[in-house]
Amino acid sequence: MDKPLTGAMRSDGQALSLKEYEDAGGYSALRKALKGMTPHEVLEEVKKSNLRGRGGAGFPTGLKWSFMPMGADVARPKYLVCNADEMEPGTFKDRLLLEGNPHLLLEGMVLSGFALDADIAYIFLRWEYRVAAERLERAIEEAYQSNYLGKNILGSGYSLDMRLHVSAGRYICGEETALLNALEGKRAVPRSKPPHPQVSGLWGKPTVVNNAETYCNVPHIIGNGADWYKGLSRTDEGGTKLYGVSGRVKRPGAWELPMGTTMRELLEEHGGGMRDGYKFRGALPGGASTDFILEEHLDVRMDFESMQKTGSRMGTGTMIVLDDKTCPVGMVLNLQTFFARESCGWCTPCREGLPWIVKMLDAIERGEGGMEDLEILQQQTRLLGPGNTFCALAPGAMEPLQSALKYFKADFEKHIRERRCPYKGGV
Amino acid sequence: MLTEEEKKEVEEELRKNERKKAAAVEALKVVQRHRGWVSQDDIDELSEALDMTPDELDAVATFYSLIFRKPVGRHVILICDSVSCWIMEYERMLQHLTSRLGIRPGETTSDGRFTLLPVACLGACDRAPAMMVGETLYTDLAPEKIDEILDKYK
Ligand SMILES: Cc1cc2nc3c(=O)[nH]c(=O)nc-3n(C[C@H](O)[C@H](O)[C@H](O)COP(=O)(O)O)c2cc1C
Ligand code: SF4
Ligand code: FES
Repeated sequence: MDKPLTGAMRSDGQALSLKEYEDAGGYSALRKALKGMTPHEVLEEVKKSNLRGRGGAGFPTGLKWSFMPMGADVARPKYLVCNADEMEPGTFKDRLLLEGNPHLLLEGMVLSGFALDADIAYIFLRWEYRVAAERLERAIEEAYQSNYLGKNILGSGYSLDMRLHVSAGRYICGEETALLNALEGKRAVPRSKPPHPQVSGLWGKPTVVNNAETYCNVPHIIGNGADWYKGLSRTDEGGTKLYGVSGRVKRPGAWELPMGTTMRELLEEHGGGMRDGYKFRGALPGGASTDFILEEHLDVRMDFESMQKTGSRMGTGTMIVLDDKTCPVGMVLNLQTFFARESCGWCTPCREGLPWIVKMLDAIERGEGGMEDLEILQQQTRLLGPGNTFCALAPGAMEPLQSALKYFKADFEKHIRERRCPYKGGV
Repeated sequence: MLTEEEKKEVEEELRKNERKKAAAVEALKVVQRHRGWVSQDDIDELSEALDMTPDELDAVATFYSLIFRKPVGRHVILICDSVSCWIMEYERMLQHLTSRLGIRPGETTSDGRFTLLPVACLGACDRAPAMMVGETLYTDLAPEKIDEILDKYK
């Protein structure tokens, strides 16, 4: 099976060097586009490929790009931003790409920049990815030396500058408008939308923000064509996807598989199934901000469209498994503690609501909760849900909570009735 | 007062960025790399170079969890307390660390050797539980392994 994202990677964990990348066909898509395609043709090919953003929301990439103002009289510079903040708990897919094949990301960004006629590109990287930082820094330098970046790239007349911005913690920086504030040297609170970044982004200039994995798909779409790319998938959404599994499975990890691989295949064939002595209870299919799914959902294909059938979302495609010896209340408490700490504090429902939720869950987990708390928690999932907050952090936080209240209700009630956590040792 | 070397590094960051203010996080990190943390004097001096008010820069500095506005130990332990690590016995790892170091999360050992900070997902969830010491990532932790790791840091 074709693995455009990871197929060429080395097995020893080192980054593919520029030479190795070129020998594996790297930068040939860029040459092809710069020589024989117009920016519009590149955009159309990406549109045709049905590539959807890999940052979690699955927005069609071609459509996003089509909102970028084009032409000679638009505000400049125009920006292209790579979101490599990857702080969604349970998500570890971009790390693989950034560390294993930095030039693939760079080529994808230059191609995207060409399609959008961008002048300056930023990679926004979380601080903790030290290995990736070093490798990206080096790859950018190499790309400048080989004129894949800089002025008049490969004699085409197109120019693009690229910079690496290394952040300093805080999950909210991954929200695309907070990220733009962070790049401007401001506190990283989200901005109101509209205007969308394409119209008014970095320093008020036209800006496109995409996830790192999204950009990594572009060279292969341009190199091999949209039809080839669509053929990689088992569903209508094009390409392959980096899926992952963590939790008590035999072989946790991340793998590049056809888009539309089922959760069961992921869990059993690739993750090796549950560890001995543990049973599957449920999972968050795509990071901490997705609803739980149950055993009965495992045969659903993982793509943005199909996952809606489960009441959950594809999210980042990295599944976190809940086993039968782990307390679901404790797990949700852990998740809400994360969201409460990472809330930027800008809007009231999120700033005040999340700590309250944490307090209540903590009381239930310690055996000090009451049945009426469950009703209040239920209300909170609506009050902090879509439409009531300034950004998607709080609604995302409510997804695992609302589905846990539904699927693991008996566990919540048992904590309250027995006045203790039934999963904790002791008699 | 910033040293000549620090000043040079801050200037380098200013040169690399399109606007002065955009270099704020990098400038803070320059100081932190040299001194371990960022003091009020540092904020005052840096804010001038960045064309910001001290309050504005402080608001940025305190926003980030990895910019330290208080002194820290020689080595900062960042232990992941997010969900996959929590499932894989983060709490037992934390307990081991706190009892071995004799400090609670957020504190520094009296000999100034370690500061212990729980942080969000380190993106190593398939190798949980995970932590960083300084700039190095350690994964698949167990109490014995933690002991071996800590012994490497003096
Ligand atoms: C709280 C929060 C955190 C986010 N963190 C990330 C992140 O770390 N990486 C990412 O690519 N997208 C993240 N996103 C989504 C971005 O806002 C944005 O949708 C994405 O970068 C767009 O890229 P795509 O269209 O390629 O998916 C986050 C969103 C929210 C609300
Ligand atoms: S929902 Fe939370 S994170 Fe988002 S803007 Fe409001 S306070 Fe900030
Ligand atoms: S949850 Fe600990 S590294 Fe991701």
